[in-house]
Amino acid sequence: MSISEATIDSMIAQLDLPKNILKTLREDALKANVTKKELEEIIERLEESYRYALVEPCEAVGVVSAQSIGEPGTQMTMRTFHYAGVAEINVTLGLPRLIEIVDARKLPSTPMMTIALEPDYATDRDKARVLAWEIEATHIDNLADITTDLANMQLIIDLNEKTLQQRSLTADEIADKIREKMDVVVTVSGNIANQIILTPNAPSYRELLQLAKNIHGITLKGIEGIKRVVIRKDGEEYTLYTEGSQLKEVLQIEGVDVTRTYTNNIEEIYSVFGIEAARNAIITEANNTLGEQGLTVDIRHIMLVADIMCCDGEVKQIGRHGISGEKASVFARAAFEVTVNHLLDAGMRGDLDELNGVTENIIVGQPIKLGTGDVHLISR
Amino acid sequence: MSERKYSLLNHELIPKHEIMSEEELKLVLKSYNIEKEQLPKIKVEDPVIKEIGAQVGEVVRITRNSQTAGEAFYYRLVIA
Repeated sequence: MSISEATIDSMIAQLDLPKNILKTLREDALKANVTKKELEEIIERLEESYRYALVEPCEAVGVVSAQSIGEPGTQMTMRTFHYAGVAEINVTLGLPRLIEIVDARKLPSTPMMTIALEPDYATDRDKARVLAWEIEATHIDNLADITTDLANMQLIIDLNEKTLQQRSLTADEIADKIREKMDVVVTVSGNIANQIILTPNAPSYRELLQLAKNIHGITLKGIEGIKRVVIRKDGEEYTLYTEGSQLKEVLQIEGVDVTRTYTNNIEEIYSVFGIEAARNAIITEANNTLGEQGLTVDIRHIMLVADIMCCDGEVKQIGRHGISGEKASVFARAAFEVTVNHLLDAGMRGDLDELNGVTENIIVGQPIKLGTGDVHLISR
Repeated sequence: MSERKYSLLNHELIPKHEIMSEEELKLVLKSYNIEKEQLPKIKVEDPVIKEIGAQVGEVVRITRNSQTAGEAFYYRLVIA
């Protein structure tokens, strides 16, 4: 005789198990039409195997994580310059990327953004294209031919009509932009269409050549630092992929879906979205990097790494300037990197090592406080 | 350029943060048998903390979408 849904719910409700397990249990119990007695037994067995699967107290989870990520890491490609993944944008992959993540670099070597669009823009290719021009940094090289006229000491910019239209810019707008950013005399040519003439304030060759060089660096439209924007159709909607990352600026643009926009620059995620988002980003990035190489590491190990990197409210690297460098024990720090410096500094300060951790006890040759080593027997 | 207003709290990457009451906090601390200073930290200038308006010394409960457990609670102490 099977039991009702309500009875199953009430039997499950007070169990101290993760949501995932409870959900599966509930579904399966409904599907299998179990009796009350059967369900009781299932729950009992389930609790037993859940307790068995839990990490035991004093288990060295950090070491297990380190090994579990380190071993597949040895099989990773040392250097990969793929145009892999999305939209022929070059992204760092493999070991270099993994190192970048755990080192909490401020700037990844290939920053990249995935920009989701709001419904109106996501379904309309033309609107998406307009948005892409709004984001991609436009320089003078994209629009015009520049000639240095040494005879008249001026710089002649011949704008290309077609590209101007495409990027919805006018000669006047460009002239204004140049005036704003540079200290030169800008004249929009009256008789020749789309021609701008720049004259340096002081008529010297040096000034003129300097000007010819500097003009390339000015961003006329779009967001500085976004080198390229690629539009791609993912399923039903258009998504923008960018080379270069400026999360804060991109989120300011109307039409960008703030809730689904992503960058591979973890530092940027941290400053714009906060520490929890940064933790999530570390997990996804590390997991994708490993997964892309065909390696599967249990997500729990990566979660542990991300947790320890984020536990003080900021993203810290695993290493001399982060987690390993902040250990309480002198020996533990010395065992990692720059041994002599740590010992010398500790000696000068008169530091005390309590020998509480694993590393320092191995160094001095004592049993470590792990597993059975952490349990004491007292006889009476 | 006028500032575009948006709420961070709906972003996919950001789990739910909520300020905990004293009573809730006491229960949690008791169940782990720890002091509140032993909890992981979050900075008061963190964008999410600014948005929910938590003060230094308060504890936020974070409801994470865990890939292993489905849903998991995490607690962070707001620090300066």
